Amino acid sequence: MADPTAIEIQGLGKRYALGLSRRGYGTLREAIVEAARRPLRRQPRKRSEADQLWALKDVSATIEKGEVVGLIGHNGAGKSTLLKILSRITEPSTGHADVTGRVGSLLEVGTGFHPELTGRENVFLNGSILGMRKSEIRKRFDEIVEFAEIERFLDTPVKRYSSGMSVRLAFAVAAHLDPEILLVDEVLAVGDAAFQRKSLGKMSEVATKGRTIVFVSHNLAIIQALCERGILLERGRIVNDGPVEATVNRYLAGLERSATADLLEREDRDGRSWLNSMISRVAIRDESGAHPDIVMGGRPVTIEVEVTEVLPALECRITIANSLGQPVTSFDSEVSAPADTRGAGTGSLVECELPSLPLAPGRYRIDVVLKARNQIQDGLQAAAFFDVEPGLIGGRPMPPAGAAGSVVLPHSWRLP
Amino acid sequence: MLKPMETQTAQPSAAADPAPPLETIRLQPTKGFSRVLAPRELWRYRDLAAQIALRDITVRYRQTFLGGAWAVLQPVGFMVVFSVIFGNVAGISSNGLPYPLFSLAALVPWTFFSSALLLGSDSLVSNSALVSKIYFPRIFMPAGVVVAGFVDLAIAIVILLIVVFAWGYAPSVAILALPLLVLIAAAATLGVSAALSAINVRYRDVRYIVPFGVQLWLFVSPVVYPSSSIEEPWRTLSALNPMVGVVEGFRWATLGTGDAPWDLIGISALAAAILFVAGLAYFDRVERAFADFV
Repeated sequence: MADPTAIEIQGLGKRYALGLSRRGYGTLREAIVEAARRPLRRQPRKRSEADQLWALKDVSATIEKGEVVGLIGHNGAGKSTLLKILSRITEPSTGHADVTGRVGSLLEVGTGFHPELTGRENVFLNGSILGMRKSEIRKRFDEIVEFAEIERFLDTPVKRYSSGMSVRLAFAVAAHLDPEILLVDEVLAVGDAAFQRKSLGKMSEVATKGRTIVFVSHNLAIIQALCERGILLERGRIVNDGPVEATVNRYLAGLERSATADLLEREDRDGRSWLNSMISRVAIRDESGAHPDIVMGGRPVTIEVEVTEVLPALECRITIANSLGQPVTSFDSEVSAPADTRGAGTGSLVECELPSLPLAPGRYRIDVVLKARNQIQDGLQAAAFFDVEPGLIGGRPMPPAGAAGSVVLPHSWRLP
Repeated sequence: MLKPMETQTAQPSAAADPAPPLETIRLQPTKGFSRVLAPRELWRYRDLAAQIALRDITVRYRQTFLGGAWAVLQPVGFMVVFSVIFGNVAGISSNGLPYPLFSLAALVPWTFFSSALLLGSDSLVSNSALVSKIYFPRIFMPAGVVVAGFVDLAIAIVILLIVVFAWGYAPSVAILALPLLVLIAAAATLGVSAALSAINVRYRDVRYIVPFGVQLWLFVSPVVYPSSSIEEPWRTLSALNPMVGVVEGFRWATLGTGDAPWDLIGISALAAAILFVAGLAYFDRVERAFADFV
């Protein structure tokens, strides 16, 4: 074909009215009152700039056929909004995008599943929801079932599936649809490790078959493995578009900058702002406490999370990720142990103590999620960065930075 | 009672072209009417439309003990209650017909209308996971409910005819008008439930209004009373409610008695057409924002 362009984006913008999204649903009463007042106002229907949020603004890009593009950015940078526009779920407010070829979108695996229907029925329903023709589904049915490893449960309602099973089935359907353009949002973060590997393999197989893929993930390692081109979005604008390494580096540099800024000022948070307990400071220190963001491996350390308000049943989850954003380990206060304390005079501080930090030398980041009343109050990715200096673990010096793996465990040898 | 979905529709399987011409779609802000009234778009997603309707049919009586019998139990149950209360106690006229027959012939189309309205007006909200994650012509959601309702309606009509014969009546040639009456009912139902489902996306008040409104609507339709008991000109004007023509038409078509109420049917058909067009037009106008609000 003469024109190999798959996606041509021109000055794309998406505006949301802030007032409504913050209040939740508007009520009919408000709408009626509003409508009654409208003629009395001088400037009817004109929302002020402050009430608007541009989730995307002036986004332009050209994606050629066969390109595999990674979209990178903070929460709320506009990645998902862009995918939603490209998959026609929502309309842009300005600009346009020309999409050539059939689009398959995996914005969330398994959304089309109906719990009352059997696995077999759901394959057909989900397949056609994702845009497959019935004849295609029938042709690939066996392949899908085999990939999902659910042969025995084909005629069982999906509501009786384990979550692993339904995720596998959902991904299997999605992975076997054969569109010219595939939009993928963070779907590989599901299933067990073996299935993740399998899914990743399937994705790269699709990528090599000349399909155009736009891929969103927080896992920079996966992005780097799959994509050759990276687009970095920040506050709804493209700030970097080029080879994936350059884009990832630019993103990491930005993350470090935002970690050093005042955490309360950050806008890329998860959580519901009307419930009001926020993460105001995150730090890691070892017992010397001399350098707040440099700790020695193998030594006891404490991770501190300061919150703006101590709500009842506060819980905290801390994830340590390596510099590529791959999680190394996580700690969750909801899984309690006898040694945990609550209300023992730490003030507004959540403390997580490790008797010995088993991390290999290198640079790490801390992601924090704060929960209370069973709801996420606040969540910050890359809330802090820290360096691990080589120390002793189990009396043995740690390998230098750059050795295989991110953890170092105490061990001993018996040599002949 | 239903076979697995894949065997349900014998769709002519359009052989996949080896190299279908790629189509470029421009995604941009749209104005006015552009979606529901785009036949090519609807045709492109015809398989999905069939699957959604099938899902609605299959799911409706899953894990119920009585299954499809519910399609019959509801109108029959109302028939019994209405016969006792309105037929015997209140002594409402039934045009000389046995009251149970008189009310059942009306309850069959009425149940189709009321349950499609209840389920249809909630269809976008209860499928919000789909609406906010996947593109498809949204009209399939309320439309799927109406199509699924045809199955119940067909079962109920069969039962109605059995009861009619058992009572010693027999439908005349007027029964040939049934498809027309069903069409009027379906058009009115889809128009109203499409509009309500769209409003429901923004204002959940609809959830509370509809069950209440449906009950009121029952009493402004000649289900428990004959429309002949209304004085002119109100009798004719009442046919602006499309269910008036449908209900009186059903009685005439299935019981084989009385004069053809063509005046009522004609006015109701017109009203249904207006509701259908207006409902879909409203749906079309607001459809683009569904994913942002649902």
